[in-house]
Amino acid sequence: MTARERIAGNVAGYVDDRTGAAKWMKKNLTKVFPDHWSFLLGEICLYSFIILLASGTFLTFWFDPSQREVIYDGGYQPLSGLKMSAAYASTLHLSFEVRGGLLMRQIHHWAALIFMVGIVVHLLRVYFTGAFRKPREFNWIIGVGLLTLGIVEGFLGYSLPDDLLSGTGIRIAEAIIQALPVVGSYIAFFAFGGAFPGEAFIPRIYTVHVLLLPGIFLALITVHLMLVWYQKHTQFPGPGRTEKNVVGYPLMPIYMAKAGGFFFIVFGVTAFLGAVASINPIWLYGPYTPGQISAGSQPDWYMGWLDGLVRMSPPIETHAFGHTISWNILIPGLILPGIMFTLLALYPFIESWATGDKREHHLLDRPRNAPNRTALGAMALTFTLVGLLNGGNDIIATTFHLTINQMMWFSRIGIVVLPPIAFVITKRLCLSLQRADRELVLHGRETGRLVRLPHGEFVEVHEPLSPEKAWTLTAHEQLAPLELPEFDGAGVRRAGAIKNKIRNRISRATAVAVPKATESERRELEGHH
Amino acid sequence: MSNEIELIKDPGLPAHVHRRADDDEKYAKRAETQVSILFLLSAFGTVLTIVSYVFIPTDKFIFIPVMGETNAEQLLLGLGMAIALFCIGAGAIHWAKTLMPDNEVIAERHEFRSEDEDRAEFVKTVKAGASAAGLGRRPLIKRSLGLALGLSGLTPLLLLRDLGPLPKENLQKTSWKAGTRLVTDPGDRPIKPADLEVGAVAQTLPELAPGEERTLNNIGKDAVLLIRLRPEDFNLDAERLSWTHEGIIAFSKICSHMGCAVALYEQQTKHLLCPCHQSTFDVTRAAKVIFGPAARPLPQLAITVDADGYLVAKQPFTEPVGPSFWERSS
Repeated sequence: MTARERIAGNVAGYVDDRTGAAKWMKKNLTKVFPDHWSFLLGEICLYSFIILLASGTFLTFWFDPSQREVIYDGGYQPLSGLKMSAAYASTLHLSFEVRGGLLMRQIHHWAALIFMVGIVVHLLRVYFTGAFRKPREFNWIIGVGLLTLGIVEGFLGYSLPDDLLSGTGIRIAEAIIQALPVVGSYIAFFAFGGAFPGEAFIPRIYTVHVLLLPGIFLALITVHLMLVWYQKHTQFPGPGRTEKNVVGYPLMPIYMAKAGGFFFIVFGVTAFLGAVASINPIWLYGPYTPGQISAGSQPDWYMGWLDGLVRMSPPIETHAFGHTISWNILIPGLILPGIMFTLLALYPFIESWATGDKREHHLLDRPRNAPNRTALGAMALTFTLVGLLNGGNDIIATTFHLTINQMMWFSRIGIVVLPPIAFVITKRLCLSLQRADRELVLHGRETGRLVRLPHGEFVEVHEPLSPEKAWTLTAHEQLAPLELPEFDGAGVRRAGAIKNKIRNRISRATAVAVPKATESERRELEGHH
Repeated sequence: MSNEIELIKDPGLPAHVHRRADDDEKYAKRAETQVSILFLLSAFGTVLTIVSYVFIPTDKFIFIPVMGETNAEQLLLGLGMAIALFCIGAGAIHWAKTLMPDNEVIAERHEFRSEDEDRAEFVKTVKAGASAAGLGRRPLIKRSLGLALGLSGLTPLLLLRDLGPLPKENLQKTSWKAGTRLVTDPGDRPIKPADLEVGAVAQTLPELAPGEERTLNNIGKDAVLLIRLRPEDFNLDAERLSWTHEGIIAFSKICSHMGCAVALYEQQTKHLLCPCHQSTFDVTRAAKVIFGPAARPLPQLAITVDADGYLVAKQPFTEPVGPSFWERSS
């Protein structure tokens, strides 16, 4: 035994005497993780969260979260002598006088964007592959919670510098609060410590941004990861992979090296963006004052779709009995997003209700093999994208020489018409892809080699698929539709007959599929050739 | 052939394909060198960071194509960091992919569900615990505890009361009174009608009494836009026309939709446009909404001139300015 081994052994022994960790570590160091590029998306979120904590802590050392009015006398000449809040002035100080300050600000902002993109793409991966199904519903809900909090956290973060652009964002947030029936103006006055903008809001959201929400994030992310660890990762279908096993590489050393390395890659890419790609140059916007604004005011992209919904809203307000209800704010700003996030959170339960499938699933679906789910996802995505597009309607209009009215009417009509079209097209596409898979399994791969037969006929040679590939393309199950009876044995309409009818219909729509190729069919075809 | 449907079978985990470095020490050696080079590059990146931090002055700007004028120190600090971090990651992954064993391993999944006995045990334990505490047998304790817990939840709510004052009349009123002079923002100079040419726009605020400070809260409610048109361009009823002066019309600059500053004036069409949500108001028709999500016109401020010939408010705003709220009556 070398000296080094002896020391390591002593340390490990010391820790294990007090924690008994060896048994747990022994088992978990060889834990198996399946490999697929799309499983890295969640990792990107985790790593950018760590980058956010580190870079954010750095920023707090110089940032002064105060709306106290100061006269700027720092290094950025164009704003010299101007009145501004201490928050804005300290952000300028960070950007121009603290070495690495601008870099850290930009890394922090880029990491926030990557965090949000990561969450959304990770969510799409989980959705389209059906990874949310039993037993992973809790983790799905935690994920939706993280997405929602991420949007809030991001908004609060870019509001902190108190520049003209972000102040305008806060103004809009205040108007949404103020629009709440009955309690709106009270809640707004409590939140802002009086009338807008006041001097209380930035210090308050600072506490929420750097303490409260990160704490909740940390707790939720921990539970999210513990559940992934405990439940083991899902895997794509393939040779040797079943619902009962998990095929991949052990944590030590492969996964440690890969995941650890990937953290540094994400951090490196974020640092590169922070170094070369200017983001949120607040000195160009100037300090916030409610009497001014800059053209082309835009939120960050993850708020953009909400802003787009607000922009396209028809001008409806109700005035009755001495009160006002602003539907033009409430519907796009609160009601629609509320419905969307609720449906998103409940989706696993809705799907299992509709299909009647209450079993555990550890093998992922290929999106084409769940046409209805995929089409629904495409529909929701289209809705959100039209909203996002309209969130940038002014920029798009000036870039492509359209009028703002054309953009707005395109969105107003598009948000109703395009999602159903996306549903239909996606569903057809999925079924066509299923058909293509069937073709491939039955007839093999097209080689592009033409052969002339003795009697003059030309045929293309097809190469049979490998057994692995053929299995991968046919490993999915095809569920039969639910047939809940409308009448019981005695011919009496059962209770809940209407509910069952709806369930039957949805279930039938879900079960539409191209029958997958079977060995029997393959053999029969071989007989013909 | 039989009628029974036979599915395609799982051929099982494919055999491990050897990498070149698995079999040939030469390739393994080469991979080792590559990994080391990546780690050394990382070290170079950190050196670059340190050198930039120490030697490049903070105010040194350099021109870089596409990026434009760029702060040299921030750029090189960042590039150094990026190289240092990225290369550690790239090295580790290359190492894992070329030199660490890549045999796929199968692990069995365990069932999450507890055994039926365990479930039954659990229920029994909970029931035993609850009955030991006497929760069911002593309703008085249960109810009074419920009351106490429920009430104690009120304390944090109560303590939050002092977050802010009650709105009272605050949202309803602005600083404008009959006779308040309109002054330029910025500059605080009073304005005579002759200062504004036809087609001109001016951002104004109410004149401050001596010793008074202007806060952002005031600006958020008091900001007013002056626009001068030819008097014949107006399409107003008699009352609203009497609120204008020699073709000068005044509107609250705070959008009636969500409170942004309505700052874009199109001289040709005489439209005011809010850059936030593109609500468009027709100046000739008392800021009637002609497009976008805003549901109400911008409130108009009645103006006239005082004895010295300066523009003043004829009366306060007749309605609340800014976005709607529950207590707003029109």
